[in-house]
Amino acid sequence: MDQFLQQMVNGLSLGSIYALIALGYTMVYGIIKLINFAHGDIYMIGAYIGFAATTYVHLGFFPALILSMIVCAILGMIIERVAYKPLRNSSRITVLITAIGVSLLLEYSMMFFVGAEVRSYPKVLTNHLFHFGGVRVNMQQIYILVTAVALMILLQYIVTKTKTGKAMRAVSIDKDAAQLMGIRVDKTISITFAIGSAFAGAAGVLVGIYYNSIDPLMGMMPGLKAFVAAVFGGIGSIPGAMIGGLAIGIMETLVAGYGNSMYRDAAVFAFLILILILKPSGLLGKNEREKV
Amino acid sequence: MRVLSKKNIMILAGLILTFAIVYALRNFGILTSFHEITIAMVCINIILGVSLNLITGFTGQLSLGHAGFMAIGAYVCALINMELNSTFGFILGVLAGAIIAALVGVLIGIPTLRLKGDYLAIATLGMAEIIRVIFLNLEITNGAAGLNGIPRYTNWFWLFFFTVTTVVLISNFINSSHGRACISIREDEIAAESMGINTTQYKVIAFAIGAFFAGIAGALYSSYFYFLRPEIFGFLKSIDILIIVVLGGLGSITGSVIAGILIAVLTAALQSFAALRMIIYALLLIIIMLFRPQGIMGTKEITDLLNFSKRE
Amino acid sequence: MLIIDKLTRSFGGLTAVSNVSMQINKGELVGIIGPNGAGKTTLFNLLTGVYEPSSGTIKLELNGEEVNIGGLKPYNVTKAGLARTFQNIRLFKDLTVLDNVRIAMHQNVQYKLPSSFFRFNNFYQEEDKLLEEAEQLLDIFKMSHKKNELAKNLPYGEQRHLEIVRALATKPAVLLLDEPAAGMNPFETEELTNTIKWIREEFDLTVLLIEHDMSLVMEICERIFVLDYGMLIASGTPAEIRTNKRVIEAYLGEDVSNA
Ligand SMILES: Nc1ncnc2c1ncn2[C@@H]1O[C@H](COP(=O)(O)OP(=O)(O)OP(=O)(O)O)[C@@H](O)[C@H]1O
Ligand SMILES: [Mg+2]
Repeated sequence: MDQFLQQMVNGLSLGSIYALIALGYTMVYGIIKLINFAHGDIYMIGAYIGFAATTYVHLGFFPALILSMIVCAILGMIIERVAYKPLRNSSRITVLITAIGVSLLLEYSMMFFVGAEVRSYPKVLTNHLFHFGGVRVNMQQIYILVTAVALMILLQYIVTKTKTGKAMRAVSIDKDAAQLMGIRVDKTISITFAIGSAFAGAAGVLVGIYYNSIDPLMGMMPGLKAFVAAVFGGIGSIPGAMIGGLAIGIMETLVAGYGNSMYRDAAVFAFLILILILKPSGLLGKNEREKV
Repeated sequence: MRVLSKKNIMILAGLILTFAIVYALRNFGILTSFHEITIAMVCINIILGVSLNLITGFTGQLSLGHAGFMAIGAYVCALINMELNSTFGFILGVLAGAIIAALVGVLIGIPTLRLKGDYLAIATLGMAEIIRVIFLNLEITNGAAGLNGIPRYTNWFWLFFFTVTTVVLISNFINSSHGRACISIREDEIAAESMGINTTQYKVIAFAIGAFFAGIAGALYSSYFYFLRPEIFGFLKSIDILIIVVLGGLGSITGSVIAGILIAVLTAALQSFAALRMIIYALLLIIIMLFRPQGIMGTKEITDLLNFSKRE
Repeated sequence: MLIIDKLTRSFGGLTAVSNVSMQINKGELVGIIGPNGAGKTTLFNLLTGVYEPSSGTIKLELNGEEVNIGGLKPYNVTKAGLARTFQNIRLFKDLTVLDNVRIAMHQNVQYKLPSSFFRFNNFYQEEDKLLEEAEQLLDIFKMSHKKNELAKNLPYGEQRHLEIVRALATKPAVLLLDEPAAGMNPFETEELTNTIKWIREEFDLTVLLIEHDMSLVMEICERIFVLDYGMLIASGTPAEIRTNKRVIEAYLGEDVSNA
């Protein structure tokens, strides 16, 4: 039992990181129907910024987190402007391939400039361990959970309560109609990318302090898994992405803990294929059918 | 006999000439082993590009898992060939690899090909990842260490033979009624269904044919390079193949042939600059999509351009 | 020959087709009219399998056999003998006119997959036959000289014509035309009217026709069904429909009686 609870705690920490990344996927998909392949790499960049900020500038956890979120938000907007916006009216396959290109570009530019080697994060948090019965929870895990929950509440507030959030929802339902109603569609899309990327940046810093090591290709797998999470929750749905992220994180730790950790990634993808076949709209997604 | 049309005779002459030139250069010792590897990669790239083009360019189903089928062909052929160390074993291995890849293609295609666009892309990516993890964990494939000492039977003759066969068979298919059924799916799936095309069936057929030839490419690869490791067939390999298709033109066999050659040469030239090579690939993808999404050839073929005879 | 019984389809809260029953006899030319959003296209989508019915049945009687086509996949419906055109033209835009027609002929092609790779003799025989038949069909609208043009480069009227040719190429027994005259001038409409009559005789077809152009409908249809808000509100000969009170109300303002 204790071991199971321990796995759950570990799964929840990993899952909240996936959830933060999944939110960006879901928001971008909801608004321009693009699987932003580069999203996982923004998370990687976020991790490096956090690394630089803590190692070279000796910033603390929160300043590093905020800095990373800001830089990633700007990066996200630039990518959208340069690579995706000109393709607004192109076929989806074209935009998807572009996104794969952007993803590779970020990964290998990073590798080119900082080298392929794995770097370890400095200790920004104390090593304090909390014991709840037989279950151990460390400081990192608490920071991750608290930060993730705080950010999600903030996002829920932005989307449901602010004007920007309303614009985002309007654009995601019908871009043309939103335009006619005087909503600035381009600006709204830009903001969506900024928010999604900022969250990915935050996830990058969190994962850096959690696993203690970062490398230029670290975004690929978690990016894809976060995508699986977004699909599981129902792509386009914000609560769905949160639930999906947590579920994937827990599933992965359980497979690694009780099964064969080599099959961890395969399990996530097998799960994805299952969802896509059984319920492609995900837990909270809407079924859409083309009008003929 | 229509097989002996003027167009076909000219193509045949060109092929014999190409074969003879490379053969002669090799035998006179003018080609270094570096050249030879590049030539092998040209052939393998062409087979991979043309076969993926059938799935993605002609049938319109974005697959990000082509390397998975290549892996199956490579491992099956290597395992058979290591048991049966003879030309017969090699040919048996190539065919078995291709057939098993095609079967897996059908097996995976039936559930996943109901998915649309982006979802299919991710599902195929996931499937290739699963295949790779399985090879990583199987005893018979020797896990992460991979297979070593695979006998080499892939030579210029076989490379040439399989490349030409692939291109001819897939072009024949594309220009048949069954091939047109596949193309109609790319154009408009709902209209295709309403015109009597069983779209799911034809997607699976395209997927299986593509997998079959990717299996051949994998088999040739394994028998040329002596060793195999699961990581050779990761996501990046699938992207490599996609780049060939996109650069050449989604829906052009000629384009995939040209791009297969270009990419092999580019890869060889940038061999010692791995990161730089990937940056160039990435920029290539983005720039093509932004400024020339139809790639080098669009959906045109060399036969359209030369216009040997008016197209039927 | 086509028996529709209590057919219903809803999208969320909206019932686009509601409890519609019709019987159409072999060889009839039937019109389906109704204001915008009445559910006409949805009815076609249900008949052709593009949408599944929420409830109700569709039966097709052919050569003494009865097939239940409700809920079948579109390609099986087409195989059973129903073909359609699309209101919002859905040609294979980037393919040639010829390929558009040949694709529709695919379901009747006999040669198998191996022959498409290795080109056995039957490949050449059948491809020749396809080409010949396709040209004949295109000649109905005098288009065979345009067979190598891309469908998207045809003028609008010819695109509508190609839609009809493509549907005919599936060798249907029942032809469903969704607003074939949309966007045409009176002269073109007149020509189309004659062609539809001719096609029906020549190919021995049963025709269902959705059309807003009343003059066309009144002129060629033997019977007319009127839909409004998804419900069948009237049916009868053109003369009966012209004077039907409910129809006039549904079209409020539009003068049906003078058409
Ligand atoms: N896929 C769908 N999802 C949701 N609503 C739909 C769908 N298809 C049709 N509808 C709705 O069903 C109703 C009937 O539409 P339909 O296209 O059948 O009308 P119509 O009679 O063909 O009109 P028109 O004369 O304008 O072509 C409309 O309100 C339409 O918005
Ligand atoms: Mg309509």
